[in-house]
Amino acid sequence: MSSSTSSRWTDQEMTKRVRRRYRSERIFRGVGFAAISLSVLFLAFLLWNMASKGIGGFSQYEAALPIDFSKSDLFLDPATIKGPDARTTVAGADLSTAISKAAEAAYGPDADRMFSDAAVDRLTDAIVANPNILTGTPTLWLPVSSKVDIAAKGDGEPAAEKVVSALQQKHALKRVFNLRFLSSADATDPSAVGVWGALKGSFYTIMVTILLAFPIGVLAAVYLEEFAPQNRWTDAIEVSINNLAAVPSIIFGLLGLAVFLDVMNLPRSAPIVGGLTLALMTFPVIVIAGRNAIKTVPPSIRDAALGVGASKMQVTFHHVLPLALPGILTGTIIGVARALGETAPLLMIGMRAFVAAPPSGISDPATVLPVQIFLWSDEVDRGFIEKTSAAIIVLLLFMLLMNGLAIYLRNRFERRW
Amino acid sequence: MTPNHSTVTLPDPKSEEAVEPPVGRIPKMSARGVSVFYGDKQALKDVSIDIHEDRVTAFIGPSGCGKSTFLRCLNRMNDTIPSARVAGKIELDGEDITSSSMDVVQLRARVGMVFQKPNPFPKSIFENVAYGPRIHGLSSSRATLDAIVETSLKRAGLWDEVKDRLQESGTALSGGQQQRLCIARAIAVDPEVILMDEPCSALDPIATAKIEELIHELRGRYAIAIVTHNMQQAARVSQRTAFFHLGELVEYGKTSEIFTNPREQRTQDYITGRYG
Repeated sequence: MSSSTSSRWTDQEMTKRVRRRYRSERIFRGVGFAAISLSVLFLAFLLWNMASKGIGGFSQYEAALPIDFSKSDLFLDPATIKGPDARTTVAGADLSTAISKAAEAAYGPDADRMFSDAAVDRLTDAIVANPNILTGTPTLWLPVSSKVDIAAKGDGEPAAEKVVSALQQKHALKRVFNLRFLSSADATDPSAVGVWGALKGSFYTIMVTILLAFPIGVLAAVYLEEFAPQNRWTDAIEVSINNLAAVPSIIFGLLGLAVFLDVMNLPRSAPIVGGLTLALMTFPVIVIAGRNAIKTVPPSIRDAALGVGASKMQVTFHHVLPLALPGILTGTIIGVARALGETAPLLMIGMRAFVAAPPSGISDPATVLPVQIFLWSDEVDRGFIEKTSAAIIVLLLFMLLMNGLAIYLRNRFERRW
Repeated sequence: MTPNHSTVTLPDPKSEEAVEPPVGRIPKMSARGVSVFYGDKQALKDVSIDIHEDRVTAFIGPSGCGKSTFLRCLNRMNDTIPSARVAGKIELDGEDITSSSMDVVQLRARVGMVFQKPNPFPKSIFENVAYGPRIHGLSSSRATLDAIVETSLKRAGLWDEVKDRLQESGTALSGGQQQRLCIARAIAVDPEVILMDEPCSALDPIATAKIEELIHELRGRYAIAIVTHNMQQAARVSQRTAFFHLGELVEYGKTSEIFTNPREQRTQDYITGRYG
């Protein structure tokens, strides 16, 4: 009845079906590829945008400034500048006016505001290091103000551009790596700001978060999964923890404000409070990830350990926890990365304060990188635009570093079956 | 004890095989009237069996008949199932193991277990065997631990195959080797009884033959109870056989009698392959 040309497997109907099957597979692959391409495109755009805007923040123009100290009315005696009070003595003098005068003398009337606050610090350093320059007329390289800096980078106001071209004619302008951006804290002058304070604040905060949330979260997960009796109470706790993971972060900020600041009277704006608040936020994420990781440990391993007479505790800590650790660490990475990028709850506990000195401990006033980015993005001064992008680059690199460390740890603990 | 149909009388003393110890000796383990419930469902009904030293006792029966459940009562592995409830009395050397005063950790060291699927720890071969002695503090020094590991692997017939790669992962071994590693791990704590829950069901025939050979060798040293689906295996390795059906112990006696001359029709039907 059926010839070789039209068997059930080769007739038209079947050929059509086969073709349709191939087509749907091609379409699915195409859609998947398009989705990936689109996300790569967006990521590339984001990175390119940040990098091109932010890369300028890592460099700074400096201009040569000949200073005739005899005309600067500083009234500083080189002989008195020594010992531990040297810096205070120098800082007491009106260096800012001295710089303005010298600049006007060298580059004309438009140049009186061409140097930044950072220039004053630089001059102070120079005088403290060698008081004898006060007797001469040295030429010093000092960082220019952010207006001039932006103009030199090609996006400035006409007045500033005039100064720049004057400087360039005299070869008195050079671009250097902005070490200050990596070594100082917040400032009012955009050319004097740095991320070191915020970076340190982020580091202390995240350390407090990890040290609290990781052990408590893991132990809570272990207890709930391995030891707790299955009853209505544990169900209620499970639901609560799942809900906690979905609570908006600003609510945790309010909680931190109410509990840590008002009730416990911990210092305002400090990494310890920020860390505690973020730990509350990260804890449920770690518990959920931990429980899931513990659930994936095969029961046969528990049986094996129980079978040779291991106690429940030994089974858990010798076998289950080590096997679940890679999964727990993955969850912790996600939770901590989220905490690291968190801004809203920290605003509530006062970490948005202007902090001009890097913190030296977890109870010093500090800010964190995302909050610093938020604060700078709010500034009117155009000099902050590239600083904001540069700070974003630093934050991304910091996150990359933390995640890289966590992934390295996870791979070290990973065991293959 | 009120006798009922699932309590089986011991065989006639005159027909004891040469390998069997004299009757009247206290059995290593004895179960009396054991019932197990999973929630409301009764999985095991009033089972009474004696397990003797120097003998292999096989539990056979169709799937879901309760033979594994009974085996897991003997070292209280059923404790790990929250809904399980065990009634009746089980004694090890005259000591009631179901009582709350029995330390379950020590019990499981005395009554070791080998599982259906080979389940070595994802650690080195050495660590797999050394784990038990280590947690029970059976070795005072590295040298004695090394000796225990070597003896256990030798008794499990695995030493020659792995002596040069003790630090390799136990999971890298073949299925049969993994199962022998699990046996070595069980005997490393020097148990009195070894329970085996279908130890060969995941293995190929050659690996199975090796395990069976091993069971023969271990018989002189430990009381062994083995659950098996494979009736030929029960006939080959055991001296006593218990046939379970639907949670009841149908018949218990010498293996040769069970297989050649069963008293119960259900046993007859099962061993001739009419169901199961």
